[in-house]
Amino acid sequence: MIELEPVIGLEIHVQLATKTKMFCGCEPVFGENPNTRTCPVCLGLPGALPVINERAVDFGLRLGLALGCELANRSIFHRKNYFYADLPKGYQISQFDEPLCSGGFLDGVRIHRVHLEEDAAKLVHSSSSGRIQGADSSVVDFNRGGTPLAEIVTEPDITSAAQAREWLSLLRTTVKSLGISDVSMEEGSLRCDANISLRPVGETTLGTKTELKNMNSFRFVEKGIEAEIERQRELIQSGGTVVQETLHFDPRSGSLTALRSKEEAHDYRYFPEPDLLPVAVGPEMIKAAQDSLPELPAARASRYEEEFGLASELAQRLAFNGDLGDLFEATAAICGAGSDARLVATWVNGEVSSRVDEGSDQTVEPEALAELLGLLEDDKITTAAARGILDTLIEHGGSPADLVESQGLGKVGGGDELSAAVDAAIASDPEAAAKVAAGEQKALGPLVGLVMKATQGRADGGEVRALIFSKLADS
Amino acid sequence: MIDRSEVLHIAKLARLSISDEEVDVLAAELSGILDHVEMISKLNLAGVEPSAHSVAQTGWLRPDVPHQSLAREKALDQAPATDGEGFEVPPPGSGT
Amino acid sequence: MSTDSTKLSVTETVAAVASGLLSKAELHAAWLDRAGLDDLNALSWVSDSPELVHGDGPLGGVPLGVKDLFCTEGVPSQSGSKILEGYLPPYTATVVEALAQAGAPLIAKTHQDEFAMGSSNENCAFGPVLNPWDRGRVPGGSSGGSAAAVAAGLVPWALGTDTGGSIRQPAALCGVVGLKPTYGSVSRYGMIAFASSLDQAGPITRTVADAGLLYSQMTGKDPRDATSVEHPDSVEPVVPMDLTGVRLGVPEELTGEGVEPGVREAFEATLDLARSLGATVAPCPLPHAPHALSAYYLIAPAECSSNLARLDGVRFGLRVDPDEGLDGMYGATRAAGFGPEVRRRIMLGTYALSSGYYDAYYGRAQRVRTLISQDFDSAFEDFDAIVTPTSPSVAFELGSKTADPLSMYLSDFCTVPMSLAGIPAISIPNGLSDGLPVGFQIAGPAFSENRILGIAAALEDGLKFDGSPAWIA
Ligand SMILES: [Mg+2]
Ligand SMILES: [Zn+2]
Repeated sequence: MIELEPVIGLEIHVQLATKTKMFCGCEPVFGENPNTRTCPVCLGLPGALPVINERAVDFGLRLGLALGCELANRSIFHRKNYFYADLPKGYQISQFDEPLCSGGFLDGVRIHRVHLEEDAAKLVHSSSSGRIQGADSSVVDFNRGGTPLAEIVTEPDITSAAQAREWLSLLRTTVKSLGISDVSMEEGSLRCDANISLRPVGETTLGTKTELKNMNSFRFVEKGIEAEIERQRELIQSGGTVVQETLHFDPRSGSLTALRSKEEAHDYRYFPEPDLLPVAVGPEMIKAAQDSLPELPAARASRYEEEFGLASELAQRLAFNGDLGDLFEATAAICGAGSDARLVATWVNGEVSSRVDEGSDQTVEPEALAELLGLLEDDKITTAAARGILDTLIEHGGSPADLVESQGLGKVGGGDELSAAVDAAIASDPEAAAKVAAGEQKALGPLVGLVMKATQGRADGGEVRALIFSKLADS
Repeated sequence: MIDRSEVLHIAKLARLSISDEEVDVLAAELSGILDHVEMISKLNLAGVEPSAHSVAQTGWLRPDVPHQSLAREKALDQAPATDGEGFEVPPPGSGT
Repeated sequence: MSTDSTKLSVTETVAAVASGLLSKAELHAAWLDRAGLDDLNALSWVSDSPELVHGDGPLGGVPLGVKDLFCTEGVPSQSGSKILEGYLPPYTATVVEALAQAGAPLIAKTHQDEFAMGSSNENCAFGPVLNPWDRGRVPGGSSGGSAAAVAAGLVPWALGTDTGGSIRQPAALCGVVGLKPTYGSVSRYGMIAFASSLDQAGPITRTVADAGLLYSQMTGKDPRDATSVEHPDSVEPVVPMDLTGVRLGVPEELTGEGVEPGVREAFEATLDLARSLGATVAPCPLPHAPHALSAYYLIAPAECSSNLARLDGVRFGLRVDPDEGLDGMYGATRAAGFGPEVRRRIMLGTYALSSGYYDAYYGRAQRVRTLISQDFDSAFEDFDAIVTPTSPSVAFELGSKTADPLSMYLSDFCTVPMSLAGIPAISIPNGLSDGLPVGFQIAGPAFSENRILGIAAALEDGLKFDGSPAWIA
């Protein structure tokens, strides 16, 4: 059977955090009452005209610079013509053959282009299912319509679902560090579509691609791409052919459904937007964008290596996922120079990141994490107890010291309590005790387990082992 | 020359329902006009840049300063169908 | 002074108001009476408010007629279309607002060809406008209501819009003055668009001085129109220019075949007048001008096909819902709401932009436009202005061209090249042919409004055109 490799390109829409919309002065505020943020321009009323938001252009330039793109000194807006209820003018003002930024590179993936456009409005389907199909009627809310978007298109350089997820995370970090967007997948200010095809390993031509839309979390991006790769793999290997289509991934069922088939493919009739003149990006605009650039993730990773002595892979993992990087830096700062930043880094990268979805509000406060790791470093609690406390902190918040106190999670050691627990364990499993006494190391496990269970994990494993040996040797 | 199937395709793109008789009439009229405007296909346009505009060549930008949005009643006032908060439209998925 | 005040030119009226001979209230009442005499279907709406708020601006309170396609808050703005019948916009076009501020309040809206597409006003969903010189004939279009209303004395002056000749051609056919300004010098915000890269608002008036006066208060960069630009010169009150040594170019391409004999005669006579006033007149090549109409009939429909996509039955206007989903509603609404000429142009424009045809049609047309601009650029190295007949014919009979869209399109033959180049051009009445007015067009380089108004005023003085036969008694 031929071995197939996935070829993945991403199209990312980022809502820009400007004060006003792309082409009018309405404020795009999230969660306002429907249709309270509109004007003749963003409602597409007859006679109204678009005017380009200067800050959106500036944000686009910053993004282009951060992604190593070439900035166009002359850039043109086009009309992309199609009819839909969420599109008031019957066309979207977007960019076509002269985008604001082109070329570029981010961590092994080439950037094809970055362009500016306006967001569509929100269409709410009023039917029992909430789905488009079978809706009785739909209602349009134009509050979001016209919000500035930067669309980032990559070359098809990604080869796995996991890489797509990690790369998207790095992109999010980059955009976030620029301060140009909230980049929340949950709230839709970061949206990712993927173009996916398979080809025999070693082949250079691309196979037929499908477009996967609306994956609204980092997990779903990975799961959705994985599912589509599997679907295509099975299809090809059973002798079928992939049809070019747009698919929707349902994270609950894991299923993929076609949104539009090829026969309905659009003819967008792009032409230069006659209501706008070409944008001339002058040297002062480029300089302002350059001056505003923050420390980018790659630079941040190098700094972590130098400043905190982190291994380069760990440094990169934290720096490329901005939420983790921010948490790490804040926690390390609170812990102070006397503590081991590598412990903080390991915990943030391992324990915290496995518990917190990217971009989620439910996370641990740096103060609490610093306190927790302080207790661990001072040997006041065991690692197992610290993990349990972290669960609680993420779920409910609170102070680690209080939790240790109120739930009696302090480390058990040396004294009578541990000694009694060891005695009880030996007594309850004399068979294992005999084996250990006879030098069979493997038999130690069940005894340690009994002690841990009795102390709710608050005992130090090494100490327990030593105590068992000494008691059995004494006997 | 534009034939019937092209007329139907364009009408679909333009979201214009047209009757069967209209298809033939439009095919003839559009073909006539295109015959005339095709004069320009004889011009040698090699090296000539297209002009989307005639006078100003590049534009200016708008400062990112909010304006007053319309009151909702005003935004909805002329709409053929609303639910009081938004613009009602027929369901996108069904029908033609 | 009472109703006779309406016989004054606006410039004279403003002076009379300034010197206290005439009150703004009297003025307004007199013009409300005049508007009530409309038997031409020129007016689509007349103010019923006896006292309009108007500032102490330089326009003296002289009320204004405004083409239907300008959005006016709370006042029907229908662009001559059934799809916008009774539409009340929530805002007012920049230029209408600016003129009200300057002392020219809105008194009436005027009928037009649907979405400004037409040269006869027969494409109006609310019936054709009649020509006050002969009620069996068309007033021209698309600003036919404004031109007829000014000629008949229903309004003292009016706003029109010009995309390929829509101010100049009806001005010519109705015997009044019409100025199409430099593209971008007047805000388009609030003008219901036909073809965005060509549309421009301008004055339709009885005298050249009035046109200059109105234009001076219209021009200016509008922060709401990204294609608007500041006029580099201030627009001065019009004084007839001394034509001594002024070089007028006559393009053979626009003055030969197709121009009616009566129109040609009047044109030649006006050239003689110009010579007698000291001007030099010489042939001036515009080699690509014969292709302008073709380029125009690709560019304008392409833009309109996109501009009119917002007429979709969702946020305003007509909705026809056959209960076949969203696309069914779109198709039925647009089929019922648009008239045949608009449908034809939407189809033509959609085709010209569609996949596989863009380069052959729209792309080529945009390149022809470049050549036409270059023709004018080189012409203006040798000439101060270019002159042609405005329209190749005088007002034609109602219904005489409706069956053949192409013959109607030829009405814009002399006016379209200037539209494509974005340059200003004015039409002034220069005589009669068989009792019907003829128009004379003067075009200059971008932002040369002061110059072409000055030339027009000098010729106007010499022509002594009498528009009174059109006046409704
Ligand atoms: Mg996009
Ligand atoms: Zn708005």
